[in-house]
Amino acid sequence: MLDKAFYGDKKYWSWVIFLLILIGIGSIAYITQLKNGLMVTGMGRDVSWGFYIAQFTYFVGVAASAVMVVIPLYLHNYKKYEQIVTFAEFMAVASVIICLCFIIVDLGQPQRLFNVLLHPTPNSILFYDMIVLNGYLLLNILISWNNLHADYRRVPHPKWTKVLAYISIPWAVSIHTVTAFLYQGLPGRHFWLTAIMAARFLASAFCAGPAILVLLLLILKKVTKFDPGKEAIQTLAKTITYAMCVNVFLFLTEVFTSFYSNIPGHKATFIYLFKGLQGHGALVGWMWVMVITAIACLVILIPPKFRNNPELLVVGLILLILATWIDKGLGLVVGGFIPNPFEKVVEYSPTIYELLIAMMVYSIGLLVLTILWKIGVGVKRELGIIPKQN
Amino acid sequence: MDNKRRKILKIAAATAAVSFTGLPIETFASYLPKIGKYVKSDKEKKAKQWGMVIDTRKFKTKEDFEKVIEACHSIHNVPEDIPNKKQEIKWIWEEEFTHAFPDQENPFLAERYEHKDVIVLCNHCQHPPCVRVCPTKATFKREDGIVMMDFHRCIGCRYCMAACPYGSRSFNFRDPAPFVKDKNPKFPTRMRGVVEKCLFCYERLEEGKQPACVEASNGAIIFGDILDPNSEIRKVLRENYTIVRKPELGTEPCVFYII
Repeated sequence: MLDKAFYGDKKYWSWVIFLLILIGIGSIAYITQLKNGLMVTGMGRDVSWGFYIAQFTYFVGVAASAVMVVIPLYLHNYKKYEQIVTFAEFMAVASVIICLCFIIVDLGQPQRLFNVLLHPTPNSILFYDMIVLNGYLLLNILISWNNLHADYRRVPHPKWTKVLAYISIPWAVSIHTVTAFLYQGLPGRHFWLTAIMAARFLASAFCAGPAILVLLLLILKKVTKFDPGKEAIQTLAKTITYAMCVNVFLFLTEVFTSFYSNIPGHKATFIYLFKGLQGHGALVGWMWVMVITAIACLVILIPPKFRNNPELLVVGLILLILATWIDKGLGLVVGGFIPNPFEKVVEYSPTIYELLIAMMVYSIGLLVLTILWKIGVGVKRELGIIPKQN
Repeated sequence: MDNKRRKILKIAAATAAVSFTGLPIETFASYLPKIGKYVKSDKEKKAKQWGMVIDTRKFKTKEDFEKVIEACHSIHNVPEDIPNKKQEIKWIWEEEFTHAFPDQENPFLAERYEHKDVIVLCNHCQHPPCVRVCPTKATFKREDGIVMMDFHRCIGCRYCMAACPYGSRSFNFRDPAPFVKDKNPKFPTRMRGVVEKCLFCYERLEEGKQPACVEASNGAIIFGDILDPNSEIRKVLRENYTIVRKPELGTEPCVFYII
C-alpha cells in the first residue's frame, strides 16, 4: 500500500520537493541553533517559552480533527463521514508529529530527550503529556493504516481497530486536558491559573482542528477530485461553529472574572495583550485582529445561509483559524510570561531562526500529511471512490 | 571464505568471553552513577531544612550588595556580562522591594521602601513547584531541604522556569564558558542548554563552611536549620518580624526577610 506514495504525477513530486527544500532551509537554521544554543531565539529568562511551545500547543488542538469525525461515525453511525475519517486520522498523525518536533526543537539538550524515559517522573505533567501524545499518535496510526489496508484488500475493517477507535475518543480529550494542565497548574502565572483552561483547550481544538481539516479536504477535492461530500462538510461546519461559540464564550468568562474581581495580577496580562502595559504592547495589534476575526468568523458561520455557501464557508474558516491561532499560538503562551514574576514587562518576539525552524517543522508535518493522504487517495481511487484520472 | 568466517567468529567469541568475565559493569555502563565511590565528609553541616534570614536593614550601600553577589558568582562560575541582557544568568542579585514583593505594594508606601533594593535568590521552597514539574528529576529536593540541580541530567525543557514564581532560575542560552572570568576548578561549570540557580552552597556546607553570601555579608544574612528550634536562625526569626516572597502561593519559601 505504501507504494502508492511513490507513484505520482509531476504536481505531486514538485510539491514533495518543494517541502523538502523548505525542510532543508529550516534544518540549516536548526543546525545553527544546535551549535550555538537557544541564544539564536528571542527567548530569555523572563519569557522562557516562545514560538515553539506556542505552536506545539496550537497543534495539539489541530490533532483533534480526528475525534470530531470519529465520534459521529463510530458513536452515531453517521455514514457521511465514512470516506473522510481516514484523512482526518492521518491529519491527526501529522499534527502530533508536528507537536513532538516542536518539543524537540525547544529543548536545550535534545540529545538527552530520553532522560524522560530513563528517569520517569510521574509528578511532572510533561511525563503524562509524553504518554498521551505518543499514545494518540500510535492509536491514530494503527486505526487509520489498518482500516485503509482492509479497504485496499477489499475486506471488512478488523474489529480491533473499532475498539481502538472507541479508545481514541477519550484519549483525544486527554491530550488537550493534559496539555492545558501543563499550564494551569503553575502557581504565580495568573493568566494560566484558571480551571477552565482545559475546557478552553478542548473548545478551541474542536473548532480549529476540523476547520483546518475542511480547508485541506477542499484543496484535496480540487487536486484529486476526491469528493468529501457536501453534507459531510456542512456537518463538520456545524461542529466547528458550536465549538467556536463555546471557545469565545469561555474566553469572555475569563475576561469577566479578571476585570469584575479587579485583581491586578489577573488583569495584567489582558491589559498587556489588548492595551499594552508599562509602555509595551507588541501583541496589541495581533490581539485586536483576533477579536475582529473571531467576530467575523462567527457572523459568517452562525447563519446557515452564509455557512452553507461554499465560498463564504472558506472565508469563515480562514478567519476562524487565524483567530484561534493568535489566541493559542501567540497570546496564550507568551502572555502567560508577561508581566514576569517581578511584575515587570519584558517582551518577546521570535527571531528569524525560530521562524525558519518552525517552517521546517510545519513542512515536516505537511510532508507526512501529503504522503499519507496520497496513499489514502491512491487506495480510494483503486476502489472507484475517486474517479480514475485520464 | 569459510576460513574468514571462522576467524570472525573466533574474534567475536573472544570479545564476548572477555566482556563477561570479571570486568565491572561500570566499564560498559559508564552512564551509571558512581554512588559507591562517594564518601561524605564528616565535617558536613547537617540540617532538616536549610533556611536564610536576610536583614534588609543592613544592606545600605551599593557595596553591601556587590560584595555578596560577587562572593557567590565568582566561586560558582556564573558568567558575567552576557551581551543579551534578556538571557543573563543570575544566582543572587538585587531587586527593588516593590518588585521582589509585588503583593506588598501600596500607593503610599514609605519613601525608604519605594526604591529600596533587596537581595533575591532561590527560596529553596519547602514545596518547590520547579521540582514538581521537572520531567527528569534533574531538579530535586535534598534531605537537607536544598533544591538541587543535576546539570548533567537536565534536558533544558525550561518547565521549571515557567513554574518558579520567583524568577530564580536561569537558562544557559549559550555556552557560558567565555563569560566566566576566573574559572573555579572546584565547582562544576555548565554547558549551554541547561538550567541553573543558587544551590545554597551545598559544596561549602559539605566542608563545614557557611554559604559564600552569608560569609561575605558581615552578619546581614543569617543561615541555619529552620526546623531546629534551638538554632540561631530560629532565634532571629522569633525576635524579628519577617516576611517571605509570595506566601499566598503555598510554596513556603525558606528565605526570610527582615524589613
